[in-house]
Amino acid sequence: MADTAVHADEHVDHGGHYSSTGLSNNKLAMWMFLGSECLLFGGLISTYMLYRGRHSENLGPDQVWDIPFTSASSFVLLMSSLTMVLAVSSAVRDDDRNTKVWLSVTALLGALFVAGQVYEFTTFYREGLGFTTSLFSSSFYTLTGFHGVHVSVGIIMLMSLVGMISKNKVVGDKKETVELFGLYWHFVDVVWILIFTLVYLIPA
Amino acid sequence: MAIIERPSDAVEVVDETTPSVATPESSYGVFRRPVETTGWKSWLFTIDHKKLGIMYGVVAMFFFVVGGIEAMLLRLQLAGPNGTVLSADKYNQMFTMHATTMVFLFVMPMAAAFANYFVPLQIGARDVAFPRINAFGFWAFLFGGLFLNTSWFLGGGADGGWFMYAPNSSVAFSPSNGVDFWGLGLQITGVASLTGAINLIVTVINLRAPGMSLMKLPIFTWMVLVVQFLLLFAIPVITVALFMLMFQRSFDATFFSVEAGADPLLWQHLFWIFGHPEVYILVLPSFGIVSEILPVFSKKPLFGYPLVVFSGAAIGFVGWGVWAHHMFASGLGPISVAAFSVATMAIAIPTGVKIVNWTLTMWGGKLRFTVPMLYSVGVIVQFTIGGLSGVTHSVAPSDTQQTDTYYIVAHFHYVIFGGAVLGLFAGMYYWWPKMFGKMLNERLGRVNFWFTIIGMNLTFGPMHIVGLQGQPRRMYVWTENRAGDGFFNIGFWNLIASIGSFVLALGILLFFVNIYVSHRKGTEKAPLDPWDARSLEWITTNPPKEHNFDRLPQVGHLDEFFHRKYEDRGSDGHHEFHQIATAEEVVAEEENNADGHIHLPSPSYWPILLAFSLPIMAYGVIYNVFLLIGGAVLGLVSFYGWGLEPHTAPEDDYDPPTGTAMEVAAHG
Amino acid sequence: MSTVTEQHNTHGDDHADHGLTDLGYIKIAIFLAVITAVEVVFSYTQDQLGAAFLPGLLILMAVKFFMVLLYFMHLKFDSKLFSLMFYIGLVLAVGCYAVFLATLHFFQS
Ligand code: HEM
Ligand SMILES: [Cu+2]
Repeated sequence: MADTAVHADEHVDHGGHYSSTGLSNNKLAMWMFLGSECLLFGGLISTYMLYRGRHSENLGPDQVWDIPFTSASSFVLLMSSLTMVLAVSSAVRDDDRNTKVWLSVTALLGALFVAGQVYEFTTFYREGLGFTTSLFSSSFYTLTGFHGVHVSVGIIMLMSLVGMISKNKVVGDKKETVELFGLYWHFVDVVWILIFTLVYLIPA
Repeated sequence: MAIIERPSDAVEVVDETTPSVATPESSYGVFRRPVETTGWKSWLFTIDHKKLGIMYGVVAMFFFVVGGIEAMLLRLQLAGPNGTVLSADKYNQMFTMHATTMVFLFVMPMAAAFANYFVPLQIGARDVAFPRINAFGFWAFLFGGLFLNTSWFLGGGADGGWFMYAPNSSVAFSPSNGVDFWGLGLQITGVASLTGAINLIVTVINLRAPGMSLMKLPIFTWMVLVVQFLLLFAIPVITVALFMLMFQRSFDATFFSVEAGADPLLWQHLFWIFGHPEVYILVLPSFGIVSEILPVFSKKPLFGYPLVVFSGAAIGFVGWGVWAHHMFASGLGPISVAAFSVATMAIAIPTGVKIVNWTLTMWGGKLRFTVPMLYSVGVIVQFTIGGLSGVTHSVAPSDTQQTDTYYIVAHFHYVIFGGAVLGLFAGMYYWWPKMFGKMLNERLGRVNFWFTIIGMNLTFGPMHIVGLQGQPRRMYVWTENRAGDGFFNIGFWNLIASIGSFVLALGILLFFVNIYVSHRKGTEKAPLDPWDARSLEWITTNPPKEHNFDRLPQVGHLDEFFHRKYEDRGSDGHHEFHQIATAEEVVAEEENNADGHIHLPSPSYWPILLAFSLPIMAYGVIYNVFLLIGGAVLGLVSFYGWGLEPHTAPEDDYDPPTGTAMEVAAHG
Repeated sequence: MSTVTEQHNTHGDDHADHGLTDLGYIKIAIFLAVITAVEVVFSYTQDQLGAAFLPGLLILMAVKFFMVLLYFMHLKFDSKLFSLMFYIGLVLAVGCYAVFLATLHFFQS
């Protein structure tokens, strides 16, 4: 038994840098977080599905939706996923300049989307759909609001990342950091893909 | 040794080998990193999983006492007819806060304490994958728990029962801020659990010592892994529910307004989709501990290790498909009830598998009835009783009789106290020498054990009877004229239960006495391997050094430590183990081959600051927007501080090297 | 958000086979945009589509969902362990919430 112990050193990749699977801790953690988020958004979406028809004589979904507008903002968010993926691929090539450009464009498209959401919310509100109006309105605003907060957090993080890259202050591996931000961003986009169809396109 | 040591006290100092980190000149401009290794700062800003584990344990114990006092008050109230100790309102708050405290602030964090301390040790790692997140989790739990309990002084605790059914938890029925504190407090501890879950899963997946395949993972670590997956996916579900509750109460949302057409089952579903996995979150860590202890004191490997692993995973998986058995009486409809009833019966199978495996582990073993062993056997016996009553209410028609009676209370106390809590105590006695370098007194431990066991059976046993007699749970008084007579007189059994609760409390008190007695001046240091243990956490000093292992152990076996001490000289499938090395020799072997560069990440201010911003924001939600904004700003600052902080402190944050430090370095 | 223990992971092969070229990504984005357009057209032609409407939309949604997941998020090229982590969450979410809605007779209406 003592034998195996003697040779152990050869297998130890000095100090604590050893990783059993060869995979990155950060990336594993991010994927787990996203898996967990599935249950968060799942709960919000299901609640909305349950309640979308419950608005008594108040405004219902089919009366307030503006499909062309929402389609446009969905398109914007979709394209931000493309720019994000281009940022990641620039980062992989060690091309800081393009990374920053694409990250900024992504943040900008995200901001456009959020602006659209703010506009949409205010319009609905003016038409008489407040947060407390009906079960439909509460669950709608909560679901899309949660998504909006996720996008907004993403924008702030993207802009911070651009700053950190410029100042060379990224702690750890830069490529991977960009990639992780990308995963988060795409996930938020993917959630919107679900919301767009389930909430907007399928009539209540 | 009051000097501040560098992170590696083994050999070389952290140096150019970490250049992939961009290292700014100083971590915080004017402030330096809190690199102290002794004194209060070394605890407040620590990111060492062992210190955090101990802090988890201490705080959990504190909340155990709080929850225990609440329980005693409940039992005092019910000891006789027309109790006057508590008003109806206070009684409601008491049972709600008791359950919440015990579940979220004692059992879960206590399991987290063991998981934090022992998972890295059991897999041969130097720390968890994300030490700062680990620290954040602990502080979030502590602040969340304190926040929740401040409600006592700010208008009264929550009063809707630990599952807080809506719409009963709406402002109309619960006008104090108790429910707000409850919801926000659980959000905060939920963040702690979620981050902890991600951290521990990554740790187990990625930081295993060389050679440790998944099927060589110590069983406790396995069970912890399953639990973390349950947390990872269950916490977001309760998060959704809690957010809706908060919006309902604080911002007049309509989710639970039945008059607006809300579905009263919405909350129940969300709560129990989380809630049933939660009961396994409570009990599986203890199953792991018991599965760790039984082999040691039977001097046999765990019977059917793969089966125990798979049944654990199966419980974790099937546990997602049975939640509606908590809702049999809510009018789900016959199809749903039938489906969930069958699924619930099915989950008893993997649970039974474990019991069988434990029994067969002991079968034919050389049993030593030390205190940890006593507690483990206690778990097997007591949990089985709870499991059996569980099966009786998986049968929906009989559950309709039992639900909301004291019979349910008996059931879950047998599983939670008998399964989870006894197991945690087993772990305490077993691992105490490892954590603190002293043995807990065995004689006192036995007394402690018997008081606890007799106390718990006196307390919870009679609840089966009064429950089947129809005494409802959550009722603040019972009256003489409806108590019945003869053997089934509920007055008699209530009195017994209340007396039992004092016996139980005495038992727990003896545990604290034992800690005191065992740590008095002059008590001996614990031997290196007091139990003749089997797993990796024992291949290091008691307590372990800051970097855990001088070299990362090479693993060739399940029960690696045992196989380093013993050699199998039997043949033809007949085992005959002979000792070939003492524990001291095994550990010395490791120390003599210490690794060169050991990098430990440095302590940090940010985890505690970030965690502290959470209760501030929560108070803000209840009282004042500006507080909310202030908390958010603090959170944001901490977030950036965290993001910009390098893992290891720059050289000049440390005191200049002194003679001793040089000496240590020279040994390399 | 990380520790010393993970700085030196094998980025080399982590990034090496990351599937597509930039042009490939652009093509996928165009494809996604087209599907979105088809979805919108669907929503205006519900009456003509009849029974095909709902399944059609759901399929299109799923296609978009998995395109982003597999290509933009690299799941197709990355370690299976990442997929496992995500899909457990996805399956539990879809499973539990579908049953939850079913018990509330959501699908009957
Ligand atoms: C053999 C396995 C088990 C079965 C078949 C089972 C079955 C059940 C059922 C059907 C109920 C609902 C009773 C009712 O409210 O009418 C219940 C309640 C409960 N069970 Fe179990 N159970 C099992 C194991 C466990 C375990 C391991 C725990 C915790 C460690 C646990 C904790 C609870 C709790 C806390 C409740 C009460 C919830 C409440 O407040 O209503 N059970 N059990
Ligand atoms: Cu259950």
